[in-house]
Amino acid sequence: MQNPRSSYHTNFLLYLADNSLILGHRNSEWTGHGPILEQDIALSNIALDLIGQARHLYQHAARMMNESENLVADAAMTEDKLAYLRDAWDYKNCLLTEQSNGDWGKTILRQFLFSVWHQLAYEQLRYSKDADLAAIAEKSLKETSYHLRWSSEWVIRLGDGTSESHNRMMLAVMELWKYTGELFAPCAYEEAMQAEGIGYDLSAIHTRWSVCVQEVLTEAKLPLPKSEGRPLLGGKEGIHTEQLGYILAEMQFLQRAYPGCEW
Amino acid sequence: MSTESWPLWEVFIRSKQGLDHKHAGSLHAADATMAIENARDVYTRRMEGISIWVVESKYIHASNPEEAESLYDPANDKPYRHPTFYHLPDELKNM
Repeated sequence: MQNPRSSYHTNFLLYLADNSLILGHRNSEWTGHGPILEQDIALSNIALDLIGQARHLYQHAARMMNESENLVADAAMTEDKLAYLRDAWDYKNCLLTEQSNGDWGKTILRQFLFSVWHQLAYEQLRYSKDADLAAIAEKSLKETSYHLRWSSEWVIRLGDGTSESHNRMMLAVMELWKYTGELFAPCAYEEAMQAEGIGYDLSAIHTRWSVCVQEVLTEAKLPLPKSEGRPLLGGKEGIHTEQLGYILAEMQFLQRAYPGCEW
Repeated sequence: MSTESWPLWEVFIRSKQGLDHKHAGSLHAADATMAIENARDVYTRRMEGISIWVVESKYIHASNPEEAESLYDPANDKPYRHPTFYHLPDELKNM
C-alpha cells in the first residue's frame, strides 16, 4: 500500500494528467471534422499538446508509484496502464474537461475556460518543489499560452460576431459555467500538495482566473453569469458525469479487447 | 460555418537557416490575426520557422507569363551584370 503522503502526490499528478488527457481526447474528436481545414489542424495541434503533457505527467506518476511500492517487471505501473486500464472512478479529471464537444462555440469556450486555469496553474507549478513537475510545467507553459491566446481570440470572434454565433456562445456559457467552480474547490490532495510546496495556491489562481475570464467575455460582448452558483463537484474524486464513460469506452477499447497490443 | 467569405492569404515563413521569408503556401482566414495563427498551425508544426508574414492574396500582383520573353530574355547575354568578377572575403557567408 502507498503511504498517504505519496498517494496525495501521485493523485495530484494524476489529476493534472487526466485533465490534459481527457480534454486532449475531446479535442481530438474534431480531427477530420473541424469547420475548416485550418482550424481542424489548430485544434488537433492543441489536442496533441495536451496528450503530450499528459504523457509526461503519467510517466512521472508511474515512476513514483513504482518507487514507493517496489513494482517491477510486469507489475510495474506504466503511462499506458494509467491511461488505458483505469476505470471512470479512478479518473480524476475535472468535469469541465469531459463535457461533450457540442458545437464549435462550446468546444472553444471549454478550451478557453480550462486554458486560463491551466496557464495560471502551470505558472505556479514552475516553482514546485517536485523538480520533475516544475520542468513539465515550464515546458507546457509555452503550449498553454498559445491555447489560451487561440481560444481567447475565438471566444471574442464568436461572441462579438454574428447574432447566431453570439447566441451559440451564450448557450455555451450557460452550459459550461456550472462546471468551472470545481476548478477552484480544493480537494484533499490539492491542499496537501499546496502545504508541501509542490502544488499551487488555488485561491490566487481563482482571483486571476476571474479577472481574465471577465476581460475576455466582456470584449466578446458576452454577459458574465451573475454567480458561479453551486458548483458541480466530483470529478477530482472520481465521481464523473456520464460523459466520461463514453470517452473511456472509445479510448480504451483496443487495449481492453487486445491486452498489450502494440502498433 | 462557410469558408466562402473568408479571404485567401499567402504565407511567408522565415526559417531558422534562411535569411529571407520564403513563400510557404496559402490558407483561408477571416483577418490577419487569424491568418498568422493559422499559418503557425499549418506551416510551422515541424519547426519550420521563426517568423511569419501573411498577405492577402488579392494584394499580390503577378507578372504575366505571356510576357516572359520580353521580361527575362534580354538579360540572357549580359553576364557583366553578375558580380562574378569580385573577390569575396571568406568571412562573407551569405552573398
